[in-house]
Amino acid sequence: MSEKFDCRDAFGKALEELAASDERVVVVVNDSVGSSKLNAFKKAFPERVVNVGIAEQDLIGVSAGLANGGKRPFVSGASCFLTGRATEQIKVDLAYSHANVKVCGMSSGIAYGELGASHHSIEDIAWMRAIADMTIIVPADPVETYQAMHAIHKFDGPVFLRVSRYPVPVVHPEGYQFEIGKAVQLREGSDITIIANGTMVTVALQGAELLAQQGIQARVLNLATVRPIDQQAILKAASETKGIITIEEATTSGSMGGAVAEVVVQNQPVPMRLLGFPGVFMPTGSVSFLFDYFGLNPAGIEKAAFELLGR
Amino acid sequence: MFIYLEDTLITDPKLLYEKSYEIRRHNMKTIVKAKLGHTGGDLSVTDILTTLYFGVLNVDPSNPTDPERDRLILSKGHCSGAFYTILAYRGFFPVEMLDTYEQALSPLNGHPSNTKLPGIEASTGPLGHGLPFGVGTAIAAKMDKSPRRVFVITGDGELQEGSNWEAAMSAAHHKLDNLTVIIDRNGLQQGDYTEATNRLEPLADKWRAFGWEVVEVDGHDHAALLDLFQRVPLQKGKPTCVLAHTHKGQGVSFVKDQVGWHHRVMTQEELAQALVELGEVQA
Ligand SMILES: Cc1ncc(C[n+]2csc(CCOP(=O)(O)OP(=O)(O)O)c2C)c(N)n1
Ligand SMILES: [Mg+2]
Repeated sequence: MSEKFDCRDAFGKALEELAASDERVVVVVNDSVGSSKLNAFKKAFPERVVNVGIAEQDLIGVSAGLANGGKRPFVSGASCFLTGRATEQIKVDLAYSHANVKVCGMSSGIAYGELGASHHSIEDIAWMRAIADMTIIVPADPVETYQAMHAIHKFDGPVFLRVSRYPVPVVHPEGYQFEIGKAVQLREGSDITIIANGTMVTVALQGAELLAQQGIQARVLNLATVRPIDQQAILKAASETKGIITIEEATTSGSMGGAVAEVVVQNQPVPMRLLGFPGVFMPTGSVSFLFDYFGLNPAGIEKAAFELLGR
Repeated sequence: MFIYLEDTLITDPKLLYEKSYEIRRHNMKTIVKAKLGHTGGDLSVTDILTTLYFGVLNVDPSNPTDPERDRLILSKGHCSGAFYTILAYRGFFPVEMLDTYEQALSPLNGHPSNTKLPGIEASTGPLGHGLPFGVGTAIAAKMDKSPRRVFVITGDGELQEGSNWEAAMSAAHHKLDNLTVIIDRNGLQQGDYTEATNRLEPLADKWRAFGWEVVEVDGHDHAALLDLFQRVPLQKGKPTCVLAHTHKGQGVSFVKDQVGWHHRVMTQEELAQALVELGEVQA
């Protein structure tokens, strides 16, 4: 688990393959070729890049039009501006209109660290989750990012794919097959369940390791698809373990943790702890500093587990 | 009470020039220390900001929320390095605080926030926020029948955001002659030239068509900038658009006009060379 990867590389590689095999695939960017790591793509397919400039509302509208014209647009730009500036365009032009556009939010979560709250994208999942018909995927590593790209290309309808730039190790075993809407169990356990996605899957696995040293067996689920949500896997965890911890690089208001809680509380209530960013604008700091500051680390998971188990 | 601070302002362009190079040197050192920053855009906007803060604006660092102060809104908030350096040199906070730029828990966040430091009117960073904000505060000044003036500095690539044009339209509609937008027209954005990305020209004509009084100026000529900013509004009942022709990376030969220097950080060797070019006296 030592070598770490920037998932934007897997994103770019998959996109080049898709463009090579499907001539309808186009990339739509907002002065974000470099920040999306699409320089190689631009070199290989210069005529398949539509750069609207720094104009996110236009970006989404243009993508909807491209889809209407028979293209398969993949929009790529910093997640904070895409999902924030263009929320209503995403709602109406893409979701309400069932446009076949893939919105790929780069450098999501707090990947921009020191650049501050304006550039953090911790609200994106909650915003997108409030919109009907948006499929939401938060891959954990380069393997899953790559596979998710191929999966959403086959999928008909608007998708929000959340890609980080924070280096992560490969967390999935050889032969892993990503499926939209399916949670995957990465570790067995019957005491509690840790549900994670994105950059926090690695942290969840480390937390489970720490708990194992204290005699607590934690199940770890990677819930990469936040919508449609895998009810079955969540309810199985709720009935087979004593509590659920969710951990994600997002606000705890309405993101993946909230989605899990909605399922749990209405069907099989068990105690939960939601780890993430608790509704505050972050102080200045690097990504790793901020993860520790907000307890998004193995120790934070241990603390939450102890609370749930009454230790 | 409103105190006019003309006495404290520098009116000798040569002194403004020297000040702007002192600020450039400090700023470049700060960026290299933090290993983060927007080298090109900072150097591009430094002369405009220095002229405004040291030669024009009616602001009082000891009373930064004086309701009658002039308002300066840096819409291209990624150029926080230049902005913070100038605010510190102008006395809004201690110069030593610049050492904490982008460090953990520092108020000197990568993009300026009005909740973190005195002297900052608007939290910026996401492009296209400054001009609408400027229209609002200019309308408020009109409502108060106040002589205070509003200056908004935008990037040129930034003008691709539609919000600017929505604001441009309303500024003319409301006859906001107390509002001046200064466009840092360096011809570059993040990944390419503006004209290769999403063409802005004919830019002056666009602003004129939106009802603004347009003037073009060399954005590195302190004398010209000072004279112009002292004179605005140029036309009663019309907002002023200053198209400031600038160079991204002005002052450092290997940064100047280069696409790759939007947010590249200098190496120690590059910094040493840059400081010589920026006039640092060698020991
Ligand atoms: C809404 C939004 N989209 C994208 C960005 C990313 N971004 C930061 S600076 C920049 C380029 C700005 O170019 P310009 O306005 O010309 O500024 P300058 O050349 O003075 O640095 C971009 C695209 C952003 N900050 N905000
Ligand atoms: Mg520019």
